[in-house]
Amino acid sequence: MWWLLKSSKCLQTTIAKRYYSTGLSKTAGLSSWTDSVYTTNPIDPSEPTFSKILIANRGEIAVRVIRSARKMGIKTVAVYSTADSRSMHVEMADEAICIGDPPAAQSYLVMDKILDAINVTGAEAVHPGYGFLSENASFVQKLEEMKVKFIGPPAKAIHGMGDKLESKRLAIKAGVNTVPGFDGEISGVDHCLEISKSIGYPVMIKASAGGGGKGMRIANNEKEALEGFKLAKDEAKASFGDDRILIEKFVVNPRHIEIQLLCDAHGNGVYLNERECSIQRRNQKVVEEAPSPFVDPELRKAMGNQALDLANAIGYTSAGTVEFLVDNQKNFYFLEMNTRLQVEHPISECITGVDLVQEMIRVAYGHPLKFKQSDIPINGWALEMRVYAEDATRNFGTPSTGRLFKYVEPSGKGVRCDSGVREGSEISVYYDPLICKLVTYGATRPEAISRGKHALDSYVIQGVSHNIPLLRDILSEESYIKGDTDTNYLPRVYPDGFTLPKLSTSHLAILQAIAGVLEGKRGLRLHRKVDTWDYVASHAEHAASVKIEKTSNGFKVNVEGKEITLPNWDLTKPVVTLNVDGEEITLQIHGRLNGPVWRIGFQGSSYDFKLLCPYTQKLLDIMPDPKLGDTAKELLSPMPGVVKGVSVKVGDKVFKGQEVCVIEAMKMQNKLVISADGEVAEVRVKEGDTVSEEDLLIALK
Amino acid sequence: MAFFTKLFSRQYCVGARQTLAVRDRINEKKRLALLGGGERRIEAQHKKGKLTARERVHVLCDTGSFIEYDQFMEHTCSDFGMEKEKYPGDSVVTGQGYIDGKLVYIFSQDFTVFGGSLSSVHAKKICKIMDQALLVGAPVIGLNDSGGARIQEGVESLAGYADIFQRNVLASGVIPQISLIMGPCAGGAVYSPALTDFTLMVKNTSYLFITGPDVVKAVTNEDVTQEQLGGAKTHTSLSGVAHRAFENDIDALLNLRDLISFLPSSNKQASPIAECVDPWNRDVPVLDGIVPLESTAAYDMSDVILGVVDNREFFEIMPDYAKNIKVGFGRLNGQTVGIVGNQPKVAAGCLDINSSVKGARFVRFCDAFNIPLITFVDVPGFLPGTAQEYGGIIRHGAKLLYAFAEATVPKITVITRKAYGGAYDVMSSKHLRGDINYAWPTAEVAVMGAKGAVSILYRGTKDAKKYEDEYIDKFGNPFPAAVRGFVDDIIEPRDTRRRLCRDLAALSTKKLSNPWKKHGNIPL
Repeated sequence: MWWLLKSSKCLQTTIAKRYYSTGLSKTAGLSSWTDSVYTTNPIDPSEPTFSKILIANRGEIAVRVIRSARKMGIKTVAVYSTADSRSMHVEMADEAICIGDPPAAQSYLVMDKILDAINVTGAEAVHPGYGFLSENASFVQKLEEMKVKFIGPPAKAIHGMGDKLESKRLAIKAGVNTVPGFDGEISGVDHCLEISKSIGYPVMIKASAGGGGKGMRIANNEKEALEGFKLAKDEAKASFGDDRILIEKFVVNPRHIEIQLLCDAHGNGVYLNERECSIQRRNQKVVEEAPSPFVDPELRKAMGNQALDLANAIGYTSAGTVEFLVDNQKNFYFLEMNTRLQVEHPISECITGVDLVQEMIRVAYGHPLKFKQSDIPINGWALEMRVYAEDATRNFGTPSTGRLFKYVEPSGKGVRCDSGVREGSEISVYYDPLICKLVTYGATRPEAISRGKHALDSYVIQGVSHNIPLLRDILSEESYIKGDTDTNYLPRVYPDGFTLPKLSTSHLAILQAIAGVLEGKRGLRLHRKVDTWDYVASHAEHAASVKIEKTSNGFKVNVEGKEITLPNWDLTKPVVTLNVDGEEITLQIHGRLNGPVWRIGFQGSSYDFKLLCPYTQKLLDIMPDPKLGDTAKELLSPMPGVVKGVSVKVGDKVFKGQEVCVIEAMKMQNKLVISADGEVAEVRVKEGDTVSEEDLLIALK
Repeated sequence: MAFFTKLFSRQYCVGARQTLAVRDRINEKKRLALLGGGERRIEAQHKKGKLTARERVHVLCDTGSFIEYDQFMEHTCSDFGMEKEKYPGDSVVTGQGYIDGKLVYIFSQDFTVFGGSLSSVHAKKICKIMDQALLVGAPVIGLNDSGGARIQEGVESLAGYADIFQRNVLASGVIPQISLIMGPCAGGAVYSPALTDFTLMVKNTSYLFITGPDVVKAVTNEDVTQEQLGGAKTHTSLSGVAHRAFENDIDALLNLRDLISFLPSSNKQASPIAECVDPWNRDVPVLDGIVPLESTAAYDMSDVILGVVDNREFFEIMPDYAKNIKVGFGRLNGQTVGIVGNQPKVAAGCLDINSSVKGARFVRFCDAFNIPLITFVDVPGFLPGTAQEYGGIIRHGAKLLYAFAEATVPKITVITRKAYGGAYDVMSSKHLRGDINYAWPTAEVAVMGAKGAVSILYRGTKDAKKYEDEYIDKFGNPFPAAVRGFVDDIIEPRDTRRRLCRDLAALSTKKLSNPWKKHGNIPL
């Protein structure tokens, strides 16, 4: 780290300069969608504004803020940890300041470092993004003392809404509907059980300071309440440094619908309609949409007005969101208010034409809003799919890390990508595994969904596991298409967890034909001059004879007697759309593995096809079964992370399903259970150890 | 007239009958040849999870392209009642076929006939195809599955081995020779695979050893299983005798096909060029982030190699042995290249005895067969210690030095990070006739690391930290090498693929030869 100590100033400028030249063209391409989205209040270049702002965040949200600031003619300052020195937000900003080591607690969460960066660069205002310091009242106070504008609400409003107990009190006072619960702090385990009993199970145990699903547990009985209380307290402490806990009634299978607000400092406020965010896993959102298919104009108005009442009561300014739980009778209860720009804000922007970041900056500067409630339209429909670096087949998403060696975002009409990565970026263990917020919008919900499907099909991500298979499957799922979603959607639709979707018979045949052609064409490239090929293409247990004949403009393929005509296509393109006998098929060719196996991406998932000559295929049965290790007797780390606790020692008797170890990754505590009965033979890790994916943690005899 | 007709037709009949009988005999012999040691033995072979000699050949070759020779040869032994037990073709299948359109000569030992044992006829069949392969310039592939010498034939069998060894040696460096061990291979027989360029094995069913577990027990009283003594794992990770191991017969044969696709047919041919579908001039942004900012942090050289080569296809040689160096074949703009890279993830990527020998052998193969060498350097030096010195790191390290210095194929080197001390010289440096040598911005070319240097330059100083910083400032960057022209350019990692492809095109007409000699004297 010698170079950090030496002169961070000198480093900043070199980095900023080095990337600036390459950055321009890229950012120009990225902002193509903005012109079509922001129509309600176009930027007025003559309006006075800040000359320079600092963005106290990273990743996609930093990029998002820089984009609007640039359009408004404002210079931008990025801050970054050493892990992010090559990131996109650093490249796009006019200046960049290194603020420390990769863990957020040593960089993005350290107020003094951000304040130093403001002093060094002379930024006049700070946009906090979401997470990190965005809802930290003392940070806002410090800025106020420094006479630096905070692009967000006043400290008092943050303070009031940041604490769940306090916010509920304020909401009740403002006349907002609330969920029944205990109006106070939980003193300990016994108190927790007592309160839970009096409210009646199920109850929600959550961190008073929390948000985003962290430090949140649902308990259906005393045992779970006991366990949940402990975990929520630990997580709350780890994530927010505040382990106060509160308990309330858990509304079963509600919808999660929230109202986007925008208020200025002159007493004006509007609601930018609602967002439906019911599809969640572990209380984190996966797919959102605006408007909600469930909300009618009356409900919208009622929710919007209550949200505005609350904002007025607490003297709120800037953008904010009031979250409600809505039951199937259209009763709605106040959940919490997020005093920041939310992750899913783009869908509200797409249907209202308002650039929320632009308005936040205007409001912070002191300008009044230029529009009234009646000016806020609902133009069509918008969906947001959160693309995470996660293996969706494990617990709807366990984090994956790695480098994006191939990365191409979808584009086209009605497609918007808010991301902070590009090809070559690293998804590290230090931060949120969000790769991109893919937003598609159209005149109607079906149009937005259809664009979403096509965008997901042509989204190329290689180097990390990602949840596109899950997103793609949700978009084709029956109850989703009907708009029938609630917060229990994922466990309801996928009771046994998400598994990769099965190919239809006709698609399977087409992919088998394509795999055969790929292997045949490989032979041609190696100068094996033949025009017909004969293979057996197998995917899992599906093997089919594939006979191929090269024609003047493509291939005539016979898959188990079924004729398929394939056009020739360009193998250098990562995504191709082929017209196969009248059907448009979008494919990604991921590559050939020795074997020979071709990996083909189709409808969000990737499928492996082994190509053998019929002669070889017949001999496969003679091959011995691969020797399987007894994997149940070994517990491997499912993800990279830090060991937070090991509850067994060598010699202990354990039973199948017993929790033996806790791994913290991406600030989530993951309980690991052993999958066989037995006696512990070996414990390889201890608390505080850093582990990689697939590391052996505990072995049984 | 009638007489003539009668006479003729009688003669004709006799002749026709004879011809038909011969035809029947031919067909019968062929039928028997295809049955090898008989159905019972074929079944036993299958039960072990192994294919027969002919099945293997057909899996290996393009469909229907294999042509068999000497199906009618039979052994000549008349002792021990052997004259009563003969099999057409004896215990080996030989011939030629095509692999992805490339002509190869193949012998495949037939375990169902006398346990695949080597008779004089068996040896003659192998020698015949080796002679032909050498004559036309085509690779030889041996599929080994043999119990050893045909004891009944005595010294004739030993002579047979020697005949094969002699041809292995003469063919070495002229045509690629590959051995795939698919069953036992013991005693003197092991030296044929050992002399070939690549030895591949099948897991759990193949063994290579000089003497089996019984003899080991009798002589040294060691208890050891076949698998421990000479199994695939032993030879691919411990002894370095074998270069790769595969799950089963089919997996091994199909991978062998892939390996062949990288190789030229002989030393008279240029390295093969496949049609390329991966744009040669694309940016590779992922390379920019691989070398960590912290110069002591490890990274995986595979990420660099996969990022550079066409379609991320890399056929690694000896992936489980001396992992501190990576070697293997890839393609750049379609052309086969040999890649050598230090692996910082294992033992900091240092050079030691095993990695030097592994690297040297690979470099010499590439040089012999006109395959350009791409070297990625991140080497902190040679591994110190008594184990290494007593083991002869000096003469083993010299092998890698010799191999790089002797090579006349195009040589392109990329220093990704450390290039310290003698190891810098060894790793295809400019001074060893490197054609193009690049440094990434993270490169550090120096005699040694800062700590070591300061402890010598300023022995006992209290200001070690200050001097270390000074040293790093001076040498912890690519400039000292660049100002002297020891590297030709400092390039951004993302440009590496494009630059390598351009250089290869330019170097395709490179002509360089070493002084005439009978042969050099590499420090063996």
